[in-house]
Amino acid sequence: MPVEIYLNVAASGLLTGLVYGLMALGLSVIFGVVRVVNFAHGEMMTLAMYLTLVLFSALKLDPLILMVPVAAVLFVLGYLLQRGLINPFINRPEHSQFMLLVAVALVLVNVQLIVFGPDAQGIRTSYSFDSFQLGALIVDASKVYAAGAALVVAGALFAFFRWTLLGKSIRACADNYHGALVVGLDVKRLYALTFGIGSACVGAAGAMLMAVTDVTPTIGPSYTLLAFVIVITGGLGSMPGALLGGLLIGLTEALGGVLFTPSAKSMFAFGLLVLVLLFRPQGILGRKAA
Amino acid sequence: MSLLEGVPRRGLWLLALLLALLAAFPVFASGYLLAVGFLILYFAFVGQAWNVMMGFAGQLSLGHSLYVGLGAYAAAALYVHFGISPWIGLGASIAVCALAGAAIGFLAFRFGVSGVYFAILTIAFAEFARIGFDHFAWVRGSSGLFLPVANYTENDLWNLRGSPVMFYYLMLALTAGAFVLCHALLRSRMGYYWLAIRESPEAAQALGVNVFRCKMVAVVISAAMTSLAGVMFAFYYNNLFPEQIFHVSRSIELILGPIIGGIGTLFGPIVGAFLLTGLAEGLRELMLQLGIDVPGVKQVFYGLCLLAVVVFLPDGVWPPIARRLRLVRKS
Repeated sequence: MPVEIYLNVAASGLLTGLVYGLMALGLSVIFGVVRVVNFAHGEMMTLAMYLTLVLFSALKLDPLILMVPVAAVLFVLGYLLQRGLINPFINRPEHSQFMLLVAVALVLVNVQLIVFGPDAQGIRTSYSFDSFQLGALIVDASKVYAAGAALVVAGALFAFFRWTLLGKSIRACADNYHGALVVGLDVKRLYALTFGIGSACVGAAGAMLMAVTDVTPTIGPSYTLLAFVIVITGGLGSMPGALLGGLLIGLTEALGGVLFTPSAKSMFAFGLLVLVLLFRPQGILGRKAA
Repeated sequence: MSLLEGVPRRGLWLLALLLALLAAFPVFASGYLLAVGFLILYFAFVGQAWNVMMGFAGQLSLGHSLYVGLGAYAAAALYVHFGISPWIGLGASIAVCALAGAAIGFLAFRFGVSGVYFAILTIAFAEFARIGFDHFAWVRGSSGLFLPVANYTENDLWNLRGSPVMFYYLMLALTAGAFVLCHALLRSRMGYYWLAIRESPEAAQALGVNVFRCKMVAVVISAAMTSLAGVMFAFYYNNLFPEQIFHVSRSIELILGPIIGGIGTLFGPIVGAFLLTGLAEGLRELMLQLGIDVPGVKQVFYGLCLLAVVVFLPDGVWPPIARRLRLVRKS
């Protein structure tokens, strides 16, 4: 096969990887602050994708514009989930929290199955079949737009955590729970906000991904796993790590798909995860766990 | 005998009663009910096997479908390709699963991978196997491995070909065996080490317990036990698809029983399997009567059950029942 094919596939993998990265960023933010592993992450992702689908057929707006309302809905959902269900579990053992979210995931994925049916559904935008050509490189326009939007959202999130008071206080909770309590931060509310922000990331990523690919309810668990693979590879709790992990996994899956068979592509992502867990359990950009 | 030491008398009577009821079940039940009975025992057995790792040694595995699948495929492939009896094949199943468990345990525990990371590592290995077996031509890949089926006039125990009643009793024997084994394990030196590790690995280590070795033993025993469930699955259902047997939802399905019943208890997996499978099949029947045919309802029900138990009964259903029946001393 000519080299151009590999380059094209790699570019497309990297672009999709950025959207994956944004999804994983949500997981990483939630874990980094609330210290709860959101096992329902991929199910929230498919929920966001279906929301986009419904809104698209009702309003005929671009998925990248629909990203805003979808992210807002997911924010509210995440906020309520943390407030109502997860908060009492903050001090419970790890496996107990995990089970709680496994239960939420089970309900979410199957309610979607009941409501939307098992068939794959997608949307077609005016630019679905457009592409950009850069020398020998040909890339899908929708992937470029989606990746660009992912970068913008991720950038906004970095800025939020770096420069706003709210972002700083959330980081304070993550750094020192008791310290945050002592200086008078409303940790419960900040946790719920964080869960909401993490969910909003998923919402935005879901809307973007809808422009690129189809959705079925049963793909949810695969997205959950993908998000885990990405954040563990990049470093759980590290924001740049999540984006880097997304790029790496996107690239690995895309190249694995052409070098072997497409159906075996996620095997390579899992292979990478195993390697990372064994040799650098804290992830590529993660800090050594205390 | 020391195995019965300290077990309350009424507990033994209740156990004997339960066993008698289960043994007499096929006399009253047939067809569909017998299949449900088999399913309950199957989940009780795998739940017990998983419980060794999570309930006793505190290592959360979310990839036990790996051992079910490997065990099923090893015995089934030997039977289909070489006509080797499953009783010999299960030796291979146990060996393969013990080895896989040891490999995962060795890699994970060596590098101090634990908690959620360990759980995700186990999923990763199961997923790896799922996709790998999809492309494994010797066992027919994703098109599935089928065992020859015929109408059997008599039970061929040696080749595990026969009526559902035979499978029911085999599964009952396995479940009873697993129960006794776990009871013995809990009372062994290793059992106490496990509990110590579950409560605090650091404290156990400080007291001189070889934490790494104990965790390894737990993984290997759990994996080997689970492989037997795989063999039963293969020969009972006669078809194997990587997409089904290795899937994460399978791993989750099999841990629901012990969690709902009560993690770390001997009766938890059994009670959980009864409750969950019984209720799920009852729900299915109800839906059938009402003429509602929507996929996913059973799973929503599973999810809500799990949610209710985790929120309201964090120790599971069994411990409060055991206290009510005065089977445990009040602490």
